[in-house]
Amino acid sequence: MTVASSSPPSRLPLDGVTEARTKPRTSRAGAREGRGDGRLAAVFVAPAMLGFVVFLLWPTLRGIYLSFTRFNLLTPAEWVGLDNYVRMVHDPIFWDSMKVTVEYVLINIGVQTVSALAIAVLLQRLTQSAVLRGIVLTPYLMSNVVAGIVWLWILDTQLGIGNEIIAGLGLDRVPFLADETWAIPTIALINVWRHVGYTALLLFAGLQAIPNDMYEAAKVDGASEWRMFWRITMPLLRPVLAVVLIMTVIGSFQVFDTVAVATQGGPANATNVLQYYIYGSAFGRFQFGYASAMSVALLVVLSAITFLQYRLTRAGQSDLG
Amino acid sequence: MRFRTVTAMTGALALSLVAGCAQGGTAGAGGGTVTYWLWDANQLPAYQACAKDFEKENPGLDVKISQMGWDDYWTKLTASFIAGTQPDVFTDHIQKFGQFADLKVLEPLDDLGIDDSAYQPGLGANWVGEDGHRYGSPKDWDTVALFYNKKLADAAGLTAQQLNDLSWNPKDGGTFEKAIAHLTVDTKGRRGDEPGFDKKHVKVYGLATGGGGDGDGQTQWSNFAASAGWTYTDKKRWGTKYQYDSTTFQSVIKWYFGLAKKGYMAPLTDYSGGASPANMQVAGGKAAAAFDGAWMISTYYGTKGLKVGTAFTPVGPTGKRATMMNGLADSITKNAHNKAGAKKWVKYLASDACQKTVGGYGIVFPATPDGTNTAVAAYRKKGIDVTAFTKPVADKKDFTTFSYPITNYAADVFALMHPAMQAIYGNGKSVSSLDQTTDQINLILDQ
Repeated sequence: MTVASSSPPSRLPLDGVTEARTKPRTSRAGAREGRGDGRLAAVFVAPAMLGFVVFLLWPTLRGIYLSFTRFNLLTPAEWVGLDNYVRMVHDPIFWDSMKVTVEYVLINIGVQTVSALAIAVLLQRLTQSAVLRGIVLTPYLMSNVVAGIVWLWILDTQLGIGNEIIAGLGLDRVPFLADETWAIPTIALINVWRHVGYTALLLFAGLQAIPNDMYEAAKVDGASEWRMFWRITMPLLRPVLAVVLIMTVIGSFQVFDTVAVATQGGPANATNVLQYYIYGSAFGRFQFGYASAMSVALLVVLSAITFLQYRLTRAGQSDLG
Repeated sequence: MRFRTVTAMTGALALSLVAGCAQGGTAGAGGGTVTYWLWDANQLPAYQACAKDFEKENPGLDVKISQMGWDDYWTKLTASFIAGTQPDVFTDHIQKFGQFADLKVLEPLDDLGIDDSAYQPGLGANWVGEDGHRYGSPKDWDTVALFYNKKLADAAGLTAQQLNDLSWNPKDGGTFEKAIAHLTVDTKGRRGDEPGFDKKHVKVYGLATGGGGDGDGQTQWSNFAASAGWTYTDKKRWGTKYQYDSTTFQSVIKWYFGLAKKGYMAPLTDYSGGASPANMQVAGGKAAAAFDGAWMISTYYGTKGLKVGTAFTPVGPTGKRATMMNGLADSITKNAHNKAGAKKWVKYLASDACQKTVGGYGIVFPATPDGTNTAVAAYRKKGIDVTAFTKPVADKKDFTTFSYPITNYAADVFALMHPAMQAIYGNGKSVSSLDQTTDQINLILDQ
């Protein structure tokens, strides 16, 4: 934790360290001045810090420790070294579920980002209606489990109204959630349906920050909407889009509830996403050690992807101004 | 100063939260209360009646029954073991018994004086763990038979007598396959055994789908496999090798899932445990018949507009009919809050008195012979003939009954067999793929 200081950085050299090599953020003198504020800051930060330590830091550290043990939750953990990781590397179901998860993320994020961007731009350029903005957000108000159950019933091969309509049109029924090929795209699209409004709203907020005079100037120069989108909207929205992508990709990798409700990982592991496999190993088979090892793997993958995304999209910098 | 106050207050708040949690764990279970969990809503009134009689006999003891659906039941039970909020007594299933024995969460019931001979054969012995201790007292039992839509059977010209007299084999399916094919009708009205039958556009399947059946196939393939002479494991109980790699078993599975390829049985894609289990397919007119358990009798017969008949499982290559006889039990949790009360309650649940009360509701077959007879009479009073379920238990000449597989690592077996059977049924994977799955399972059991 860094304590915020109100004093500007000074250029006093530190003992034994040349000025050229260091750029100290806080000088000793500054720290002395800010000590009173520091205490107050600590008090304000304490509740959040307590939550962070109790609910995030400690469970993460304990999870990492447990990944080196054999643990069934009811008897004491037994240290097994790297056994769980060795098993993971040789476990075809783990790699298969990793593949299934990546497939899900690609479809989910791909479709969701493009649709959300389209909706956000339409909301900004075409309408000012708050009602319309509200409607776009409606699916997000529903819980994932409810959404999963509703779609499970709509898409049921024999009894679902969706398939009744398809059959009514004279077409063959589609086993959306029961067929190996269809199951992952279907679940990905169900979650797009639920989240696209929220994502669009985040992007919409980003669009609001783009000064209108840029569009006006472009219009005067005779630019088309299409050209303005690519030359003004996209470049200036980039930092927001990057953050939204980072958040949605992390969320997407953690897909669980829709799978748990709609397919339980089936048919034949076709929707056995990583989080579901971890859950099944832990709470179904009581292999908390192995489940922890897979969770650590997921943490590493997500950290790497987030870091890469951050760097590639230059999310920390803006082209505005 | 101010900082210290805030810290102290935060600490106090955290402590009170923790204390609150601990208190929640024991609330409602202390004193003279015995908590009891079950999953079958149909059985709730019967056990409430039992509890009432028990409380009369044991003043000061109060039984608190909670009922929740099958899936939630096991999730909640697992969570309760971890959180220390487990019930004193719960309804236990053989499928979970091995795992609970592994986790050592059950209390031995050796001192309850449960006598195996007081119950239907096999029910008592199943609940003795590998360590020789008893962990469950027999409660009820069920077998599997063929439920069929009488109207559709009449239309196909199949009599109850004919349906009760079917036989099968893994080569051509025998008279059973012929009957199922004849019950199948495509969208143009052609039956499964008629020329021009379109298996891609079936209106009514002869046999409903109950999914891949995981590692037990209780209401799917188990009766066929057993009547072909196959057994799940190398030993009757607590075996150390599963036998899914047997050629007999694989030939049965190939034939059974082959029914779906021929269009006589609904494909796996028509099955979803939540939205369309086998009974819903029969109720909705999408299937003419389904193998299902005795616990579903009230559901089938209670379906509006559906006239139901039941038939024995078909005679197999061994010359006998086979059906899984599974029994539930009542178990006491190791960390029960009221162990003394729990033991009294379980003893009462296992008694003829309670089992006859339950039998009187005509919803399940209690484990004691008297309890069973009371249930048969109660079903008869409702106009339901349950011979297809009871005769296999009484007639050992023509029938074989077998138990649900009882081994360690049951959850791992499920986790591996569930997708493996779906892959064969749904994706047309070869049955020989079960060799590898069996190796993996047996490796786990060897640990």
